[in-house]
Amino acid sequence: MKLTALAGALALGVAFANPLHAQDAESAVIGVSIPAATHGWAGGMNFHAQATIAALEERYENLDFVLSTASDPGQQVSDIEDMMATRNIDALVVLPFESEPLTGPVARVKEAGKWVTVVDRGLSQENIEDLYVAGDNPGFGRVAGEFFKERLPDGGNIIVLRGIPTTIDNERVAAFEAAIEGSGIEIVGMEHGNWNRDDAFEVTQDLLSRNSDVVAVWASDDDMAVGAIEAINQAGREGEMWVLGGAGMKEMIQRVMDGDEMVPANVTYPPAMIGTAIELTALNFVGNAPVSGEFIIGSVLITGDNAEQYYYPDSPF
Amino acid sequence: MTSETASVAPARSGFRIDFHIWGPVIALIALVALGAFLNPNFLSYGNVTNVLARSAFIGIIAVGMTFVITSGGLDLSVGSMAAFIAGVMILIMNALVPSMGVGWGVILVGMAAALVVGVAAGLVNGLLITQARIEAFIVTLGTMGIFRSLITWLADGGTLSLDFAVREVYRPVYYGGILGVAWPIIVFALVAIVGEIIMRKTPFGRHCAAIGSNEQVARYSAVHVDRVRLMAYVLLGILVGVATIMYVPRLGSASSSTGVLWELEAIAAVIIGGTVLKGGFGRVWGTVVGVLILSLIGNILNLANLVSPYLNGAIQGVIIILAVVLQRQRKAER
Repeated sequence: MKLTALAGALALGVAFANPLHAQDAESAVIGVSIPAATHGWAGGMNFHAQATIAALEERYENLDFVLSTASDPGQQVSDIEDMMATRNIDALVVLPFESEPLTGPVARVKEAGKWVTVVDRGLSQENIEDLYVAGDNPGFGRVAGEFFKERLPDGGNIIVLRGIPTTIDNERVAAFEAAIEGSGIEIVGMEHGNWNRDDAFEVTQDLLSRNSDVVAVWASDDDMAVGAIEAINQAGREGEMWVLGGAGMKEMIQRVMDGDEMVPANVTYPPAMIGTAIELTALNFVGNAPVSGEFIIGSVLITGDNAEQYYYPDSPF
Repeated sequence: MTSETASVAPARSGFRIDFHIWGPVIALIALVALGAFLNPNFLSYGNVTNVLARSAFIGIIAVGMTFVITSGGLDLSVGSMAAFIAGVMILIMNALVPSMGVGWGVILVGMAAALVVGVAAGLVNGLLITQARIEAFIVTLGTMGIFRSLITWLADGGTLSLDFAVREVYRPVYYGGILGVAWPIIVFALVAIVGEIIMRKTPFGRHCAAIGSNEQVARYSAVHVDRVRLMAYVLLGILVGVATIMYVPRLGSASSSTGVLWELEAIAAVIIGGTVLKGGFGRVWGTVVGVLILSLIGNILNLANLVSPYLNGAIQGVIIILAVVLQRQRKAER
């Protein structure tokens, strides 16, 4: 705390605004690099990143944040290089666009002696990051699969919409298939809806044309659930089947709260995990509590009973 | 265009199909036959309606794109433009609900706004290309990024949703129809027929082809080159507006993922249909066939489980290239 005196003097100016933490002020710059809001979940993640940063800047005078959003892995690498070169960051919170291309650049940040927090998508080499915060993708699939088993004790035909072909999607689907194994539930159609409403709408239309005896749809994402529900309505089969989405979009949580027959439940995969990661990283610079390690946020089944506590009316997602 | 080794042609005598004209139609018929063979539901009323109605957005845009490409231009911004127009439409309608109430009044204002924004966006593209003399590729690449960012910004990174009550009133524009024919199909058909007439029978259509074929000659022939090219981009802008009017009632929402890659699908449809990418020759009916081919491929792959879904894009690519190869072979022989 060599800078205490100086920081104390500086803090006088802002003491009115924030008397609490101003004195233990070794300042730090935290860089946050995330994918741009290209679909609903990422939009929610962007919202929570901005909200968390605004709150933390208010709370801790000595912390500065640099946020950048990238629309492809190449741009994200450039963003991180820029942060290192021009903003002199002390820590990096990164949600990698893709694991492989980001592993090298993030490892170089670590080699330069910076704190590294990796969110959601792991790097392809182990032990680079100080802190790993992630959702539970196999858990996401498993919780969904168990719900299907419970709702369809006698089995039945279902269709499955998959996301963009990625490890995340593979892990979810594998866990889902494992969970429903031997239950008599049969997946009669499975196609990629790419976490996109329009794609999901068209894929569901086609899968419904192909199969006349579907009892449920695992849309595996709330954007896709919106498209699937519309396709079911158009086919006039809304009384016959229900849809399970995922990730906790507020409109879907609303429908669960309202007891909508077609949307009986939801499974969390909270975009707010980026906030958890930023908060924990900030703690490393303002307190003494150890925060390195892994922090896995479980996927929870949302039903009418607990929907209220997962409803964020202000979030865009 | 250059000639010619005349000795090749007579060697194969007798009945020959002109693939340049009939290639896309044959491909379409082959796809329909394949689909009917693979799944009995393929030709059902529901599936045919689904395919035609979902083709309508790209189709309406592709008709406009035919004119732009025929006149030697290109427009990469239409997908982003559609997303932006959808966003503006939704915001305007939502904002008017408190003052105008829920009803067709609000929706008509929204539709008018879509057309106005479409014209404005087309004007921006067209003026930059004809007045600032920047290549169409660069201008529309720029506006593509601009429109895409604007919709992301308007939606705050999330999704803009149309007011629920308005949506219920507006919904039939996509899902309803006359005599069992859905509105998007009717509008697509009208746009295609009018487009075909404009291309063939009006000075504007002929001027587009003349400019695309040789701009200098067109200029010396007293064609208002800049005005015709500007009009082509404005026409495309209007049609993007029309497509958006049909799109918004489908899911009642717009986000940054709306209309992604529509521009490439529209361009691909135009080229499959026999329009020359370098300009100078265009045909609207071919574009319609091209659009149908593209959406049938996806539909058949979904209905049949033929290959791993990972390979859908590859199949689409092969068929696009095949359709064009069929047309060009004959040309090369001439």
